[in-house]
Amino acid sequence: MQEPGTEGALTLRRLTKHYPGFVAVDGIDLSVAAGEFLTLLGPSGSGKTTTLMMVAGFTPPTSGDILLNGRSVTGLAPERRNIGVVFQNYALFPHMSVAENVAFPLRMRRRPRAAIEQKVAAALDLVRLAGLGQRLPRQLSGGQQQRVALARALVFDPELLLMDEPLGALDKNLRAQMQFELKRLHGELGITIVYVTHDQEEALTMSDRVALMNKGAIEQLGAVEDLYERPVNRFVAEFLGESNVIEGRVEPAPDGLGWFIAAGGLRLPVRLDAAGPPPRPALLVIRPEKLGFANGDASGIPGTVRELVYVGDFTRYRIGVEGGIELILKAPNNRHSRRAGKGDTVRLALEPGDAHLLAG
Amino acid sequence: MTEPRRGGLGLWRRGRRVWRPREGLLVLPALVFYILVYLYPLTRLLAWSFFDPGPTLKFYGALLAEPAYLKALSNTLEISVAATVLSLVLGYPLAYLMATSGARARSLLMALILIPFWTSILVRSFAWIVILGNNGIVNRTLLSLGLVSRPAKLLFDMTGVQIGMVHVLLPFMVFPLYGVMSRIDPNLLRVARSLGAPPRRAFAKVFLPLSLPGVAAGCVLVFLLAIGFYVTPALLGGAGEITLATMIDMMVNTLLNWGFAATLGVVLLAVVGVIFVLFSRLLGLHRLTAVGEEGAR
Ligand SMILES: Nc1ncnc2c1ncn2[C@@H]1O[C@H](COP(=O)(O)OP(=O)(O)O)[C@@H](O)[C@H]1O
Ligand SMILES: [Mg+2]
Repeated sequence: MQEPGTEGALTLRRLTKHYPGFVAVDGIDLSVAAGEFLTLLGPSGSGKTTTLMMVAGFTPPTSGDILLNGRSVTGLAPERRNIGVVFQNYALFPHMSVAENVAFPLRMRRRPRAAIEQKVAAALDLVRLAGLGQRLPRQLSGGQQQRVALARALVFDPELLLMDEPLGALDKNLRAQMQFELKRLHGELGITIVYVTHDQEEALTMSDRVALMNKGAIEQLGAVEDLYERPVNRFVAEFLGESNVIEGRVEPAPDGLGWFIAAGGLRLPVRLDAAGPPPRPALLVIRPEKLGFANGDASGIPGTVRELVYVGDFTRYRIGVEGGIELILKAPNNRHSRRAGKGDTVRLALEPGDAHLLAG
Repeated sequence: MTEPRRGGLGLWRRGRRVWRPREGLLVLPALVFYILVYLYPLTRLLAWSFFDPGPTLKFYGALLAEPAYLKALSNTLEISVAATVLSLVLGYPLAYLMATSGARARSLLMALILIPFWTSILVRSFAWIVILGNNGIVNRTLLSLGLVSRPAKLLFDMTGVQIGMVHVLLPFMVFPLYGVMSRIDPNLLRVARSLGAPPRRAFAKVFLPLSLPGVAAGCVLVFLLAIGFYVTPALLGGAGEITLATMIDMMVNTLLNWGFAATLGVVLLAVVGVIFVLFSRLLGLHRLTAVGEEGAR
């Protein structure tokens, strides 16, 4: 039975955590759908862990409400919430074997011995650790330990899985492999996952939706593509990927187009939002890969190549344009893409729809 | 104990040099000190217990024949076991509180334990005489509250010795306990809770087993200190609480019987050695220590 307005596996309502003289989490509203993979992304200290600790029940919120499948768990002890938690440092019980670790939640629930054995074997199989049940955690590699932690958090069929930077301690190759495994498990089990990371690439690869956090609040919540292509403010634009952010004002033109006029006089074509007047003052966000070198020489933004760095799959240019502004341009290194050398005079092409306008 | 061979190339084992003479020089001062003040007297002690002046076993014979000596031995063991158990019972919750509370409470508790620790044992034992005596604070309070009609006998018997010894030995229990407990990852307890363990079961299944290396270390330390304890039993104990240490003192200073004092010393040493071995076997200290280190992150 769901209360009205409590759709979703997990709902946070004005969730707040104050520490003496410090607001760690500042009134978060969030709803996670059943089976969704939602990532809390944000710089260190933005309140991701605190949010997760409140959901798990380790930290009491100052105010606000936490609903799990429609029922409030705000005052409930962690052991009564039925939530799986995976920490970055694995937090395996060092004095128990792998099988004992995985059996722990089932033993706490006083399941019959035969059922426990069967579930433990199935869980270890799921994370591809079959046959390692008798080892002690310290006899496993970091990646294997993290799999044990995962099996232990999944074996009791929790309503929600919380993961706090679970791959942070692994090296790059292992991370990629574990990301893939996690996605596979998420797909197979259909479990709701709230995942915390400060690594945007990880967030982009894994999530259905991302909540970008800053200073205890959610700056933007949406699909990865929304956040990247349509950031709602400067923080989002600059945190996710690389951006050229230019300050200026907008001059409307016919046909839903207009000119963005930067402080130094630089004029760039933009597409205006049909709804509402253009923001004043305004910010223009241009992703470096949306810029290109113009074909021919008649049109485009004139500039000079100040610096270029070859990075393998693309080349990164720093180009000085009118008004003392510098733009970053990323050009793919393929036969269709034009190149330029240091000191060259170039013209830059920009589709009006590829620049994103923000209120300044 | 291996001494560096002068001018040698070092000690080799399975084709690998395990001892470098030049680095070995660094342990030389400690080694010399150790030999002079420990190994040499210990050897002399052993010798005294077997010669008078010719080789003899008469001291050991007397030890077994005379009930007073065996009583001193059993007194010593009894006092030491009780002191260890009491220190553990008092020290474990204290160490737990220190390991799990915030920085402020921890410093306060640490200071409360350390300040008496820095005071001389002699001074503290005399202080207990003032507190526990017939005119002491405890008895005057009990009398004025009408809880007793005559002063309770707290001094010059087992009670006084126990109180005084536990007071002195408690830090030696708390520090190893705290050392191990503070290295237990708090996430382990959080995870246990989230996996369905109520606080008590999380403690029993996770914290307690991981704190056992500290329990073992604290108990061994306190027991070994208690078994050779001299000042407190001598000052606070009565005639019935003669321990090996006070008896050795009597042999040397009053009866001038060095041979027998040495014999008692050897017995003390042997008891300590046996108990240490038993204890480490019983608790599997090596395995536990390894686990304790693993639990520390
Ligand atoms: N127990 C605490 N007391 C005081 N401040 C805290 C406490 N726990 C966390 N904070 C503060 O709250 C902020 C958010 O922390 P956290 O949620 O761990 O951030 P994140 O996981 O995003 O890096 C940090 O600035 C941190 O210093
Ligand atoms: Mg964190």
